[in-house]
Amino acid sequence: MKSRIGVFVCHCGHNIASSVDVPGLAETLRRHPDVAFAADYKYMCSDPGQQLIRQAIADHRLDGVVVAACSPAMHETTFRRTAEGAGVNPYRCECANIREQVSWVHQHDQPAATAKAGDIVRSIVERVRQDECLEPLTLALTRRCVVIGGGIAGMQAALDVAGAGYPVVLIERQSALGGRMAQLSGTYLTLEGGSERLAQMIAAIERHANIQVLTEAEVTACSGYVGNFQVEVRTGRPGGAEVTPFTLDAGAIVVATGWDPYDLSRLPEVGGGLLPDVVSTLDFERMLAPGGRLARPSDGVVPRQVVFIHCAGSRDPEHGVPYCSKTCCMVVAKQAMMFRQRVPEGQAYAFYIDLRTAGKGYEEYVRRSAEEHGVLYLRGKVSAVAAENGRLRVSGADTLSDLAVDILADLVVLATPMVPADGAVPLGQTLHISTDADGFFNEAHPKLRPVETLTAGVYLAGTCQGPRDIPETLAQASGAAAKVMQLFSHAEMTQSPTVAAVVEDLCAACATCVGTCPYGARSLHPVRAVAVVNPALCQGCGACVVACPNKACFVRNWRPTQVMAMLDQVGWSGDL
Amino acid sequence: MRVVLDPLALHGAFIREIEAISEQNLLACNQCGRCSAGCPLVEEMDLLPNQIIRPAQLGLDTVVDSTSPWLCAACLMCEARCPKGVDLPRIMDALRQIALRRGESRVVAGDVDPALLAGAPQMAIVGALRRGEK
Repeated sequence: MKSRIGVFVCHCGHNIASSVDVPGLAETLRRHPDVAFAADYKYMCSDPGQQLIRQAIADHRLDGVVVAACSPAMHETTFRRTAEGAGVNPYRCECANIREQVSWVHQHDQPAATAKAGDIVRSIVERVRQDECLEPLTLALTRRCVVIGGGIAGMQAALDVAGAGYPVVLIERQSALGGRMAQLSGTYLTLEGGSERLAQMIAAIERHANIQVLTEAEVTACSGYVGNFQVEVRTGRPGGAEVTPFTLDAGAIVVATGWDPYDLSRLPEVGGGLLPDVVSTLDFERMLAPGGRLARPSDGVVPRQVVFIHCAGSRDPEHGVPYCSKTCCMVVAKQAMMFRQRVPEGQAYAFYIDLRTAGKGYEEYVRRSAEEHGVLYLRGKVSAVAAENGRLRVSGADTLSDLAVDILADLVVLATPMVPADGAVPLGQTLHISTDADGFFNEAHPKLRPVETLTAGVYLAGTCQGPRDIPETLAQASGAAAKVMQLFSHAEMTQSPTVAAVVEDLCAACATCVGTCPYGARSLHPVRAVAVVNPALCQGCGACVVACPNKACFVRNWRPTQVMAMLDQVGWSGDL
Repeated sequence: MRVVLDPLALHGAFIREIEAISEQNLLACNQCGRCSAGCPLVEEMDLLPNQIIRPAQLGLDTVVDSTSPWLCAACLMCEARCPKGVDLPRIMDALRQIALRRGESRVVAGDVDPALLAGAPQMAIVGALRRGEK
């Protein structure tokens, strides 16, 4: 039986029409035996364009739609919705990409571009001819969120999700909430409110009816998939009383495991771990904190000459970590100003490679540290710090004056980088999310999907993804929470039905597909001798189709017979 | 060359004197180099205009020995273009004043060849005479 497919060729203004003969293409396709209707239009995605499709479906009783336009990544959803609205199964509506794959890359050869566009459109007609009518899959959804990490990122995500009315379990490894922010003396730009804001947040969490806090708790295992995770949690101190692990059902997971300080003993050339008066910026935070004692660790004397060393261990692929830790330039400016407020007669020096202060008000803040607080910025790294008569000789360089510079200091503060929290890599393995070479969790896309991971339902917040400061952390945590709320706003989950399936008569239960599947979506049936597909996990990649020795696997609407029929159309030169 | 930075010099008489005469905050300069990029006299100078400021920021008074302040025509190109609003010609002037107070002068008005003066712009002559004041 012949199909009744409609083909709609889009000019995309001049984007396609300038290098493809669009009316000619539509005219040719009208003669195709399976094409009941073909038309061209200036902008098919516009309201009149979509109306043209709907009208043609009604007038010509179309049973399939091909829109020859831009990439399906752009408008597949748009046109499938249009087709569905007019009574055509949306999975029998496909896009033929004649813009990105034709007109944009063949701008100077209209005959060849038009011929290639014809090949592509006829291929998609063949695909639609064999497309099945499918319905979206529905999956049950557990509307509870597990947040791993009780620092500022995890707490913000927990409050946002709980505030939207969904239950949250907040899991913290330490005995108290607060994370690294609780160790800060004050926050830039105002130095105000850090600890007060944190205390308010902790109080809000503890009294929130939708948030259950588990301290001294760790995630030990995780199975399931988006909407239906089983998270195994163990509580109790390591070495303490053994507590039986228990399992939480959750629909989404927010990972907010934060950062650890860089090990000072990795910086022996500047006295790290060797000289008591060489401390980290996190150590100096404690000295500057209200009620803290601003004194040299060695003798308790108030330091007057304080040297800060930027990029201590960072931006140093040979000896430390290759990345920029992003927050340290601002931390040094903040600490230098706080130091000058506490010790007005003191002098702060800062050795830097360059000052990276991208952020609203940040550049002005660092300039203020120099112009108003007299912090002397020296452009160069420090080569050595050595003890000398109870003080520290800091040997650095100032490349702005082409001078090697020595400073006799009372205290040296190393602005060391954030490194991923201890246990991040194994936690990533537990949650099936990847880490980068430095141990930070990978986002799904570095530009376009910054809070998601490649594992659906697992989101990232804060410094576990990479160094960042408090405002950025909070923004990302709220972003991750919004993703969770978006997921939970549905009664059940829908999933594309274009996933793998098994022709059971051909399946030998050899389990090749089980080992091949990168998403853990394949398994053997517990009783019957066939392989099965978990459609919630399957991403439709087709790896099992290729691997199956019996050709028992296929991906719906990407059947091998469809692909072969599509290939037959490429380079076709006959008449219709 | 290696120097030991002297914390006293960072708040010492030399920096205070420059800042008092010029009314400029030396630390406002972030060493972007735009002054040197536009200065019409850099070919003649032993230190670029930004290289005049840097030792001054560090409290190194050797900068007084530079010829550059004496070659500065006070054309104000650097001051007009400085992104931080540093009035570098005033700092150049301050360095000349400090040199003069130390009894050092690079220009003696009476020694200038009159033939040279005949072709020189009036502003340069007045400027040169001012630099020769004691």
